[in-house]
Amino acid sequence: MSENGKNTDTLIEVKDLSKLYPADSGLFSGGDTFIHAVSGLNFSIKRGESVGLVGESGCGKTTTGKLLTRLIEPTEGSILLNTESGDMDIATMTSKETKDFRRRVQMIFQDPYESMNPRLTIYDTVAEPLDVQGIGNISERQARVSELLQTVGLTPASSFLFRYPHELSGGQRQRVAIARALVIEPDFIVADEPTSMLDVSVRTGVMKLMQDLAERLEVTTLYITHDLAVARYMCDRIAVMYLGKIVEIGETEEVLQNPRHPYTKALLSAVPIPDPTYKREAVDIKGGVSKPINPPARCRFYPRCPWADDYCESHDHPPLEDKSGDIHFTSCYHWEDNLEK
Amino acid sequence: MAETTITGSDLVKPDSLWRIRLRLSWQAFKKNAALFAENPVGLIGFAIILIFMLMAVAHPILINTVWDPVIYDPVTGIDITIPFHPSPPSPTHLLGTDSFGRDVLSQLMFSTASEFALGAVAAIVTVLIATTIGAVAAYYGGIIDTIFMRFADLVVMTPFVTLLIVLSTLFEVGMIELAIIIGLLGGFGSTTIIIKSQALTVKVRTYIEAARIAGGGDARIIFRHIIPNLLPLSFLYMMFTVTSAIFSEAVLSFFGLLNIRMSWGLMIFTTQFSGYLLDFEKWWLIYPASVAITAMCAAFYLVGRGIDEIINPRLRRR
Amino acid sequence: MTEPLLQVENLTMHYTTRAGELSAVDNVSFSLKKGEALGLVGESGCGKTSVALTVLKLLPENGYIKEGKIIVNGKDIVPYTEQEMRKVRWGEISMVFQAAMNALNPVYRVGDQIIEALEEHQPQMTNKEMKQKVTELFELVGLESALMDRFPHEFSGGMRQRAVIAMALSCGPDMIIADEPTTALDVIVQDSLLKEMREFQDQLGMAMIYISHDVGVIAEVSDRVGVMYAGRLAEMGTAEEIFHDPIHPYTMALMSSFPSTVGEKTDLVLLPGEPPDLLNPPTGCRFHPRCPYATDVCKEEQPEFKEHSPGHLAACWHPRGEQS
Repeated sequence: MSENGKNTDTLIEVKDLSKLYPADSGLFSGGDTFIHAVSGLNFSIKRGESVGLVGESGCGKTTTGKLLTRLIEPTEGSILLNTESGDMDIATMTSKETKDFRRRVQMIFQDPYESMNPRLTIYDTVAEPLDVQGIGNISERQARVSELLQTVGLTPASSFLFRYPHELSGGQRQRVAIARALVIEPDFIVADEPTSMLDVSVRTGVMKLMQDLAERLEVTTLYITHDLAVARYMCDRIAVMYLGKIVEIGETEEVLQNPRHPYTKALLSAVPIPDPTYKREAVDIKGGVSKPINPPARCRFYPRCPWADDYCESHDHPPLEDKSGDIHFTSCYHWEDNLEK
Repeated sequence: MAETTITGSDLVKPDSLWRIRLRLSWQAFKKNAALFAENPVGLIGFAIILIFMLMAVAHPILINTVWDPVIYDPVTGIDITIPFHPSPPSPTHLLGTDSFGRDVLSQLMFSTASEFALGAVAAIVTVLIATTIGAVAAYYGGIIDTIFMRFADLVVMTPFVTLLIVLSTLFEVGMIELAIIIGLLGGFGSTTIIIKSQALTVKVRTYIEAARIAGGGDARIIFRHIIPNLLPLSFLYMMFTVTSAIFSEAVLSFFGLLNIRMSWGLMIFTTQFSGYLLDFEKWWLIYPASVAITAMCAAFYLVGRGIDEIINPRLRRR
Repeated sequence: MTEPLLQVENLTMHYTTRAGELSAVDNVSFSLKKGEALGLVGESGCGKTSVALTVLKLLPENGYIKEGKIIVNGKDIVPYTEQEMRKVRWGEISMVFQAAMNALNPVYRVGDQIIEALEEHQPQMTNKEMKQKVTELFELVGLESALMDRFPHEFSGGMRQRAVIAMALSCGPDMIIADEPTTALDVIVQDSLLKEMREFQDQLGMAMIYISHDVGVIAEVSDRVGVMYAGRLAEMGTAEEIFHDPIHPYTMALMSSFPSTVGEKTDLVLLPGEPPDLLNPPTGCRFHPRCPYATDVCKEEQPEFKEHSPGHLAACWHPRGEQS
């Protein structure tokens, strides 16, 4: 995605981002146990790029999304958002900056039934960011909302404007959610599993719409999903998360064709393939994901890893490195030894 | 819903936005009214309320036309053509007269309006306070929540009648004062606790997060996103507050604690005061007022139940 | 082997709703042989779960069988009473639902809950035999037998779903109906559960109806596949036929609108519109408003669900999009 010069600069840069939740009430234990929902995250997103954050439930991908949209405050680290007037740190914004920030970053939620106030019409829902930010007068807002409904495929817009969310289908609602996210022309959108609640035939339409709009409107997207196949279609790059850490990040096809981290390999070979004659590789890791409560200072994947050895046990979580120099980062001590597999 | 579709021509005149909203509200009202009408429980309650409303409206008209105020005034009237009071029902006094010679039907009808006013004021005060506090306490949580909830516990624990006795020694408690006191007690007490628990379930919905993403501040989220979703429940508790207000008035009047001209409770008080309370041969002294109190309380309760079935999500799906 | 284990004939099931009659299952016919795995795939509201509920006669109050036969081991169970059905449900057909993993009673040990089911249906067993049976069942579904003395909250989602499957297998049913049993689970857990389900199904020679919206999962577990759309069976055939040689345009669209992590990254096919409202289904072929090949006949007449090659059935006027 770096054909023209404009796209090469970084829009979002995440540095050492952590979010800890107290794991108990702390009444008797002194509150020294924490769930490390997200720990020491480092990544950046370029302008116009779509990055997929992939992982199983509890891996911290939704927490990351909420940190980037400042729905929750980070425990540590910084999130730099590039603006025309320099970088803005999302982690330590003042309330005045927050107002500006809300114009630049929007979010699309997983559940289209839950993410809209049932008492507001579609017009009020989509126009809300304009209303809050005081952009335009009523007629301008109405024109803008109609235009956007048209853009997201809800035509004729006039027949949707004054309906309520419960009168729309799941796919239509998710389109409204997309319109709401785009109405103030944000630079960056966090999409948290926007298609996982939709049926296949409806999902394709929403996926195509998002792709099309991201390209046309030059919006940068963080696409959170548990579905690698969907990520393949929606993202330029994929970051795989495991227990609050990114274990692998690289160009989508590169990660899918040549996974390096044992977890990515397992995740990939566990995806059912819609072809009865296809024989998948056997998944060689066991057990489910546990909660990262005060994790010991070693690789987070150690207990389930088929490659784990004494070195992994005695060393800290491996750094996310690009040893190969092909912008394919891996957080594993042994990926090179196991390359032939 | 096909009928909510607005045609393209409406978009040409943007100033008609409020008109569209009005139409939407009207449609929502019609839909809910239709749902309400399907339920006999609510309809019976509504019918009883209508009858009482007719009585309230009819009284001033009758006093100004067919009823001579000298005879029929609910407080000062007396029928001197009848030698002994209380007198049983007769063509001139359909529900008889009380021990002071006043017309019982006139008293009953005259009181209806103030009972409505009492209920309405109490309900509005309760719900305004309870909804705001419930939403604010649920949204902010923490110390604000703790303060309001502990205060609510205190209000719930306060013995109502004892409090009223104390208050009536401090100042004169009339209908409006009583309504406000009941409203405050409900608003800071039990109703707040119920509305707050509902607000907690609204607060965690994704659309609240979506509103924050849109840039909405605390006030906007509370008043635009939380409170509108509490209103159905608030409305339901308005109905229940009316019931409890009318009932309280009857109890307090019976103890003679209220400073009011005439009410259903006062009618029973008068009967008791004149020593006819347990005299069932003088039934017209007790029954009209007590039946009216029971019927009105029941009516608002039934309407509440009818509304309850509309806002119950299981029945809301079409 | 000649007589099928389950034969469903012209099954039609309706729900009575405030807004009218909803035809959730319309004229569905299929059969299931001993040891066979049938996958039912379709989108939400297509009637796949309703078929399962109807076959088990677990319909909610407002649902009723309007027409058709459900023949289990040679007997039509449609006229059966609730009491008779209870025997069929554990001994002959067992079931696992998506939400079943939340249905374990939190205050009893998991093993004891299975023993309770055994006590009810096989009272002749001794305590020791029952313990032995639970151990076997746990091993069958990939749980350590020591876990039977634990409580449900100590189990992860995948383990709970396994325990529920063990319970469903406890009375040795001839067939099991699994409705989206892995949908709430993560892929790695789903993968091992699917593997074990196939294994014990082979081992016990048991038939299975596996219901899912996920085309990938269906491809993994099914010998034969039925594709449902708007309450009707659109197509049925072997898994290979359905995935590699679909006849019905809906199947064709469904298969090519599902993204995959392997193979060429092909363009996903976009199916216009949304599934119909079953209170007011389209006339003729219910798929015609979204079908790229639809002609006048599709709007007027319902196509017959007929055989196009041995064992490969479809209900379409324009099989494979051919215009006659």
